[in-house]
Amino acid sequence: MFTDLLAQHFVHTALLAGAVVAVVSGAIGIFVVTRGASFAVHAISELGFTGAAGALVIGIDPVIGMIGGSLVVGLVLGVLSLRGRERDSAIGAVLAFGLGVGVLLLSLYHGYATEATNLLFGSIVGVSDRQLLELTIVALIVTAGLAAIYRPLLFSSVDPEVAAARGVPLRAMSIAIFLLLALTTAEAIQVVGVLLVLTLVITPAAAAQRLTARPGLALVLSIAIALAATEGGILLSLAQPWPTSFFISAISFAVYVAARVVKRT
Amino acid sequence: MSAVVSVEALGLRFDQRILWEDLSFELQPGEFLAVLGPNGTGKTSLIRILLGLLEPSAGRVLVNGGPPHEGRQHVGYVPQQRAFDRDLALRARDLVRLGLDGHRWGNGRLSSEERARIDRAIASVGASDYADAPIGRLSGGEQQRLRIAQALVADPALLLADEPLLSLDLAYQHTITGLLDERRRTAGTPVLFVTHDINPVLGLVDKVLYLAPGSWAIGAPDEVLTSETLTQLYGTDVDVLRVRGRVVVVGTPDDQHVHHVDHDH
Repeated sequence: MFTDLLAQHFVHTALLAGAVVAVVSGAIGIFVVTRGASFAVHAISELGFTGAAGALVIGIDPVIGMIGGSLVVGLVLGVLSLRGRERDSAIGAVLAFGLGVGVLLLSLYHGYATEATNLLFGSIVGVSDRQLLELTIVALIVTAGLAAIYRPLLFSSVDPEVAAARGVPLRAMSIAIFLLLALTTAEAIQVVGVLLVLTLVITPAAAAQRLTARPGLALVLSIAIALAATEGGILLSLAQPWPTSFFISAISFAVYVAARVVKRT
Repeated sequence: MSAVVSVEALGLRFDQRILWEDLSFELQPGEFLAVLGPNGTGKTSLIRILLGLLEPSAGRVLVNGGPPHEGRQHVGYVPQQRAFDRDLALRARDLVRLGLDGHRWGNGRLSSEERARIDRAIASVGASDYADAPIGRLSGGEQQRLRIAQALVADPALLLADEPLLSLDLAYQHTITGLLDERRRTAGTPVLFVTHDINPVLGLVDKVLYLAPGSWAIGAPDEVLTSETLTQLYGTDVDVLRVRGRVVVVGTPDDQHVHHVDHDH
């Protein structure tokens, strides 16, 4: 049964889509964790949901609405460049209202309820070839963006004061990372759903940070953990018909707990 | 030799509040200038102007013969000590490296020459033993040593330090001021040192720029740190006492300078 499934085209598509999303999520997660912006990921993802719900109501592709919603929030957060407690409360306020609007939009939508469930909890095994192509294109954009600004982004994330003194434009970096994060989040939603985006964007990076202090190696480990969780989660859900998102979050969390226990190299 | 910093008729105001007017001074190679004064008199703003991060309201500033933002790459900046996250994926040497190439695009590979340069900078501040330690696990004093290495690694023509001794114990205060002093003696790099307490650098400074609310004075420490000068600056009776080779300022209206007395902890 399991080996039969492995031969199926939809399984291959799911594994490929999962890999694409895992790579960008793991990579951007390092910067998100370094900047202490985990809560922002949650906000971007829930507003992505609002965007998707809006798209369903007016009858367009929910992925478009999701990317739109995420980008708007990402842009606002990037431009405001808030820090600390002010950022936390601002995000909390925006997130709550955005989700409220999402609930209203869903109540206005009279289509299949599964669409909404898929948004919230993910639907990796339903990815089409066209979706895979879209995911890949967006992932390439994010990867190219991260590669281009890697050093100044790292500098502004870990040491903003000196970075500014050396001429790194802090606000531009903030806008760039939040826009790239918005695109990544819109990707991750399609695999694990709105409510579980953190399991791919935050958990692997947090675990990687516990394992090494080398910035480059932490990035590679974060990607590796995200990949292992996603691919492992998809395969396990073929063998045991529980939700894929559960398995992904379970593997990712297990690695995180292990990383907290073992000593850092 | 020509001045490394030349400030002419500089004025700074925020809204209606005038911080200073007609401020002029020069910094020659090898000079050590301490910038003193209570909070809110624009000490940090002066550094930001010299870095080209803040536009003065009036006057002209030249750094290395050009406008400040053009000279940024030849300026070493040492901020006050601040805590890094314990789990931050960044080693001591990574922090120093960012001072060399953190402002450049891409992720960049280090040449062997650059690698050697980073090692030399770390060795010059006596931090080789913990060069590969995670930055968040080092003490405040160790971190400040690395801050000096970070500022020196790009071979600066000017050093700007903003309260670099804050929250350091006396032994480390000596180490840090000693490292700055060594640099200006061996390489002729002038140092502009913002501090609320003159005593740790009293034996090193050539000139003191005293910023008081609405006025300023510049000159040798013995000229500026006198009861007459400060009384005139504040417009109220201020006493400058010399106690066991230390300067104690008593009677400033805001009592900021109580710090001069009790900072020795």
